[in-house]
Amino acid sequence: MSIRVLFFASLADVSGMRETTVDAAAVTDVNSVFNIFVEKFPALEKYRASLLFALNAEFARPESPVRDGDELAFFPPVSGG
Amino acid sequence: MFLLVREPIDIQQIIHAIQMPEDGAVILFDGVVRNNARDKAVRFLEYDAYESMALKKLQEIGARAKSEYAIRDIAIVHRLGHMEVGECSVIIAVASAHRGPAFDACRFAIDTIKKIVPIWKKEFYTDGEIWIEGGH
Repeated sequence: MSIRVLFFASLADVSGMRETTVDAAAVTDVNSVFNIFVEKFPALEKYRASLLFALNAEFARPESPVRDGDELAFFPPVSGG
Repeated sequence: MFLLVREPIDIQQIIHAIQMPEDGAVILFDGVVRNNARDKAVRFLEYDAYESMALKKLQEIGARAKSEYAIRDIAIVHRLGHMEVGECSVIIAVASAHRGPAFDACRFAIDTIKKIVPIWKKEFYTDGEIWIEGGH
């Protein structure tokens, strides 16, 4: 019963990882998952205001609910092209 | 054709693949690694991506371009990983009977890539490196 969590770009550098899992029973929405990682890595807090979220590869909101089996990605504003 | 690649992009191959006898125009946007940014000399770039979502977003941009502009087809190829100054990071090719809609669709595609496709650029300078956040 877990949620797959992905970090990209500067968020991967700050957390020191690109991929991990959280217990689905311990979280409710996107924001609650992010808060778990802010507790572990306080430096993530400064990214909160500009942070983008994707739930199962589609843009999501802080209050979007998360469920067992979901893939949740955290990343900064994009800069491709 | 919507691709994420790690090798140099073969522009001629993309033009060859997209162009059909009924097309009167193929418009090409070639994104190039520039040797300067933020008043600093850029040595090279690295691009990272959330690949499954990035590919999905490129496909969505292509579908929107085809529905909103009078074009026949569009191809987008974005390269990831390490790139030297002068190398091509992204190619957008738009094929159409007439040039106007093809220019417009090409502009729409690159502007939208810079807003919604989860790809990030890291610039390496002589005295350090930074992740770029947000497009221009």
